[in-house]
Amino acid sequence: MAVTLTERAAKHVANFIARRGKGYGVRLGVKTSGCSGMAYKLEYADETAPEDMIFESFGIKVLVDPKSLPYLEGTELDFVREGLNEGFKFNNPNVKDQCGCGESFNI
Amino acid sequence: MALLQIAEPGESAAPHEHRHAVGIDLGTTHSLVATVRHSLPECLRGESCGILLPSIVRYHADGATEVGVDAAAHQASDPKNTIVSVKRLMGRGFADIEAAAHKQYDFVDGEGMVRIQTAAGVKSPVEVSSEILKVLRARAEASLGNDLVGAVITVPAYFDDAQRQATKDAARLAGLNVLRLLNEPTAAAIAYGLDNESEGVYAVYDLGGGTFDFSVLRLTRGVFEVLATSGDAALGGDDFDQCLALWLREQTGAGELGPEDGRALLVEARRVKEALSKADTEPARLMLSSGLKIDCAVTREILEQLTANLAAKTLVPVRKALRDAQLGVEDVQGVVLVGGATRMPQIRASVERYFGRAPLIDIDPDKVVAIGAAIQANVLAGNRRAGDDDWLLLDVIPLSLGLETMGGLVEKIIPRNSTIPIAKAQDFTTFKDGQTAMAVHVVQGERELVRDCRSLARFELRGIPPMAAGAARIRVTFQVDADGLLSVDAVEQSSGVAASVMVKPSYGLSDDEIADMLKAGFEHAADDMRARALREQQVEAQRLVEAVQQALLADGELLSSEERGAIERVLENVILAAQGDDVARAQAAVAALNKATEVFAGRRMDKTIRSALAGHRVDELKV
Repeated sequence: MAVTLTERAAKHVANFIARRGKGYGVRLGVKTSGCSGMAYKLEYADETAPEDMIFESFGIKVLVDPKSLPYLEGTELDFVREGLNEGFKFNNPNVKDQCGCGESFNI
Repeated sequence: MALLQIAEPGESAAPHEHRHAVGIDLGTTHSLVATVRHSLPECLRGESCGILLPSIVRYHADGATEVGVDAAAHQASDPKNTIVSVKRLMGRGFADIEAAAHKQYDFVDGEGMVRIQTAAGVKSPVEVSSEILKVLRARAEASLGNDLVGAVITVPAYFDDAQRQATKDAARLAGLNVLRLLNEPTAAAIAYGLDNESEGVYAVYDLGGGTFDFSVLRLTRGVFEVLATSGDAALGGDDFDQCLALWLREQTGAGELGPEDGRALLVEARRVKEALSKADTEPARLMLSSGLKIDCAVTREILEQLTANLAAKTLVPVRKALRDAQLGVEDVQGVVLVGGATRMPQIRASVERYFGRAPLIDIDPDKVVAIGAAIQANVLAGNRRAGDDDWLLLDVIPLSLGLETMGGLVEKIIPRNSTIPIAKAQDFTTFKDGQTAMAVHVVQGERELVRDCRSLARFELRGIPPMAAGAARIRVTFQVDADGLLSVDAVEQSSGVAASVMVKPSYGLSDDEIADMLKAGFEHAADDMRARALREQQVEAQRLVEAVQQALLADGELLSSEERGAIERVLENVILAAQGDDVARAQAAVAALNKATEVFAGRRMDKTIRSALAGHRVDELKV
């Protein structure tokens, strides 16, 4: 299963990369820290590693390292606005429970 | 649920450890807040308004406040309770307020700083500024969905200690943690330096609403150094509005205007001025309360003619800063324009003419300072890894700091344009025998005499052990921290007695005076040199007179009455000469006194030796 971006998320990523002036795509990952097991990683990708899985959504390259992939299979990254606040949100079907803030989760 | 941001590769924050910090440009006319999101600096919008928050606060009788556009709407209808350009009042005393401003508000003399009588009670400029900062803080927290770690707030390079402290107080009152105060031109350089990765010497020309700052900066591989700063604390876009408003009044024969009409005319003048940055002609229309209608077309040419002297006035500090930095216009690789007033085509043209190159305008001149502050705040909040691209920021102090020595002379301890933070120490000594206290008078300015400089603080070092004049060693240390705030301490080296002062804001200098201080330092260089020579001679004369008088008192019997009379006549002459302003005469009189007392001094020496030897045999003495 793929890791994808919503069209809205892709548009924002494209915009940010353009303003940043460089960037191959965006890297999604997980790391083991956080109050409820795992935490999401969301970074600009300037280079690819040979083992990276590369997906593409609406013209944006999405990189996931193989160790993170099992946790993220089927995840869709969305961009949402809540009042003045705005940012990215992981819609991850693998998550069983997450901490109140949604920054870390359990499988 | 927390919304995530894209981080730089390898810099994802651990959960719950996003450290949100903002940069705030607290301007005379507009204020704005910026942050770094998705690793990109951006200015934050308000709920209903845009990015620029008019720096206007209106007080209601029930204590409620309106800030920004809502308050601006009542500028004309409720002028006494609608505070504009409060930045000009920060850290200012009652006596500093210009006569024109007294018409605008009901000022109340307050301790340290002037206060304004409003419908909601007496408000200090610090409180008014904090209302603006509260709105920006709320905007930032709503936008970032989180509490703020802190803020970097920008101030004009010309702000003195009192004004910087007042700005910090306002931030604290608004519940903001100040990570640091940053000079506005330096912030602009950060915004450009990082975005463009430029190297070389750059100039920042910042014509804001109320202040003009010009800085020369050197950017080298990620390091910013401010080589020189200069400016005019009482020159800005507001003055262009005033100029145009005055002309409109004259054109229509409106005569003296009340506060409401005056305000309305200024608002209209500003609108016309801004429109003329794009259009060649713009009509000014206003209905005055007297029923008189102002309706006249203003062309860009008219505005340029009216304000040509203002545009030219900005070039005076420009020349000075370049001279201070020992650079010519040809050394400047780029000129950064900051401040909304630099949108005016005549300003751009005048900068381009002077520097022989087109100024840099890549970043919106209204936003560039806030963006630089946001980048700095992001670094200070610890959101960037230390590494090759880590940079150091150097600021300079705008006016020399020193202390008063005998004769009302200034001894400069930290020369202006020294990079901060800085600490410098100098040893001083006592002037009189048995002197047990020393007054330390801290002053700021470029002139040689204390009376021409700004007094910052006074304190006394007491408990110096009695010693002969000149024997005590008193080390005075001046320390300026990264925010430009000064602390001074004095320590008597043998006994360790110490005294110190954190420079408490001493308000007592008008905007014009600040700007004039630098200019005066150069214009009066020759006078100051003569004045210093005279004072030094006077101090020397006084010291000698006192020493001779002491000696006459102690050993007068060593002299015949004729000898004594001769010395006293010469002594009289020295006292007279020291009161005059002829350096050569004072010098000659001092020399004459030294000569006239030679014999006397010899006899005193013999007497001292005799008494030292009395009761001793010659073979007891080691020679």
